[in-house]
Amino acid sequence: MKSIQVFDPALCCSTGVCGVEVDQALVTFSADVEWAKQKGAVIERFNLAQAPMAFAENAVVKGFLDRSGAEALPLILVDGEMALAGRYPRRAELARWAGVSGLAIEVKPAEGCCSGDKCCSAS
Amino acid sequence: MKFLESPPRFLFFTGKGGVGKTSLACATAIHLAEAGKRVLLVSTDPASNVGQVFGLAIGNTVTAVPGVPRLSALEIDPQAAAQGYRDRIVGPVRGLLSEAVVKGIEEQLSGACTTEIAAFDEFTALLGDSAQTAGFDHIVFDTAPTGHTIRLLQLPGAWTAFLDEGKGDASCLGPLAGLQKQRAQYKAAVDVLADPDRTRLILVARAQAATLREVARTHAELAGVGLSKQHLVINGVLPEGEAAKDPLAKGIHRREQAALAQIPAVLASLPRDLVPLKAFNLVGLEALHALLDEGSAAPAAASSSTAPFDAPALSDLVDEIATEGHGLVMLMGKGGVGKTTVAAAVAVELARRGLPVHLTTSDPAANLTETLADEIAGLEVSRIDPHAETERYRAHVMQTRGAKLDDHGRALLEEDLRSPCTEEIAVFQAFSRIIREAGRKFVVMDTAPTGHTLLLLDATGAYHRDVLRQTGNKGLHITTPMMQLQNPAQTKVLIVTLAETTPVLEAAGLQADLRRAGIEPWAWVINASVAAAHPTSPLLRLRAANELREIAAVATTHATRHAVVPLLSEEPVGAERLREMSARAAAAV
Repeated sequence: MKSIQVFDPALCCSTGVCGVEVDQALVTFSADVEWAKQKGAVIERFNLAQAPMAFAENAVVKGFLDRSGAEALPLILVDGEMALAGRYPRRAELARWAGVSGLAIEVKPAEGCCSGDKCCSAS
Repeated sequence: MKFLESPPRFLFFTGKGGVGKTSLACATAIHLAEAGKRVLLVSTDPASNVGQVFGLAIGNTVTAVPGVPRLSALEIDPQAAAQGYRDRIVGPVRGLLSEAVVKGIEEQLSGACTTEIAAFDEFTALLGDSAQTAGFDHIVFDTAPTGHTIRLLQLPGAWTAFLDEGKGDASCLGPLAGLQKQRAQYKAAVDVLADPDRTRLILVARAQAATLREVARTHAELAGVGLSKQHLVINGVLPEGEAAKDPLAKGIHRREQAALAQIPAVLASLPRDLVPLKAFNLVGLEALHALLDEGSAAPAAASSSTAPFDAPALSDLVDEIATEGHGLVMLMGKGGVGKTTVAAAVAVELARRGLPVHLTTSDPAANLTETLADEIAGLEVSRIDPHAETERYRAHVMQTRGAKLDDHGRALLEEDLRSPCTEEIAVFQAFSRIIREAGRKFVVMDTAPTGHTLLLLDATGAYHRDVLRQTGNKGLHITTPMMQLQNPAQTKVLIVTLAETTPVLEAAGLQADLRRAGIEPWAWVINASVAAAHPTSPLLRLRAANELREIAAVATTHATRHAVVPLLSEEPVGAERLREMSARAAAAV
């Protein structure tokens, strides 16, 4: 099982309710993390305001912070390697990294590459 | 005094700054100690004068008070506790992470929630069974935790992530990540608070309608989390005998009696004590002794020879504001200092000078301002209901964002939305629609966001500043809302306070917070000054004399410019009386 580490920006409320507008991405992501964990994924989250040492001690994360600043967070590492930065992953991406079966990435071959309309009109 | 009868082990005094919580807590502790009990007095007042009262340095260790057998005292500084907490989190990464990153972390940990939680952290040891408190029959606190903090600690879902695993993604409990104690200790503390056999809450108020409304809210909130054993103490009530001595005293007496007659229903049923206004300073053992002693003749007031009082009037400030022709004027201050009235007085003065003015308030009573628009040409009045705005915001968030969460997640999100920040943000959002008008007329508001909230809201502003810095600001014209607030030509923040120790210190705290956000308060307004009203009643003259030190402190150390508004004998309703607030009080006594 691969390990997923999420490095969040410094948020006093990670639901984002303290912000101008509640960040839907954060709320959705929190729910997706719960979902993936129940499927057996190993996911850790670190909030810059609560566990800054986790940022400072990881060379990849520290380098990223020095280069791009805190406003470029979040940063997601998979087995220690950079997998995504600047936005939260979707449920499907979490599923792929964790190797758990995700609903969203199931392909439906019967319908071909395009389901309907004209891009594959040859078929 | 009913609140002193068969007291439980823990006594908490709560109320807004300046109502006399600390004096009452001190007097109660002395009273209990003299009745033969071993008492620990715990003060979290940032202006703690407990040490001064007893004439010794106390600090954060339990210290025996020499003058009073069986009494010990302890001071907890919530700011220092919050700083200690920040240092524990940020200290190890200083020098490892860039300065900008460290600063960002510190801002996240500089809100009121952090201070509140850090102070509660210090409390917990005193509420459980610890060696520190084992020898005491009573522990008297001059403050109480808020309902928000207690509710957070009562949520089972909040704990699992933070204390069991040491990490998680919950919310306002973020600050709990750095808490020092074990879960069992917090649970014990919350249980003690909710146990009526062990805990009594004493709500302290003044006989003023606005203060009583606020206390009614505190009552409901804390009763809701189990603090059901509550008493009400109305402090500093002007004695009837004094009313005959001077028109101001007569007016105050009438207003106080009217406020008491219309006391909110939820408070009316509580056991209630009235503590009369004393003609002496509440410093020193003898004075504190006499505070709760109903029979004792008041020590003779030192007849203070009032030097002629002279200070800038509100109209002087308005003259200067008026020269800009338009702009945003925000009144900022803690609850109960009279922001709405001062905002109305400023708006009336500006409108009277023929300038277009929009006064917008969050005044819950509405009666102060509702008739003004009809009275004065060029004055528009609108009102924002903070409660309704906050409810709308909460409902919106729960419907849209909370829909996918499980029960635990929803409970946490709901509690996050009950934080003081949420109300501030919801109200500020409502106001910001009106702020845009300030480019062509005067907009006067009776509220302002704290510096902390502004910094958190200013993610985009920070980005824009960065762009400006990197491009050397060549030909770029970006104005963020934050930049509008920082520009004194566009926005003037007036800090409103009272001429009393705690309110002045609280106002200085608000100022420091705004400065952190790059906003320099333009002026201070000292409201409801007895000194500026030139009383003749001996009681009021003593209070006037006490104000002078605070007024001097504002004038010399806190404010670049200031004005003093006299206490009026009538409620300042209507344009005529509001104008009296701006006028320079007739000198000579």
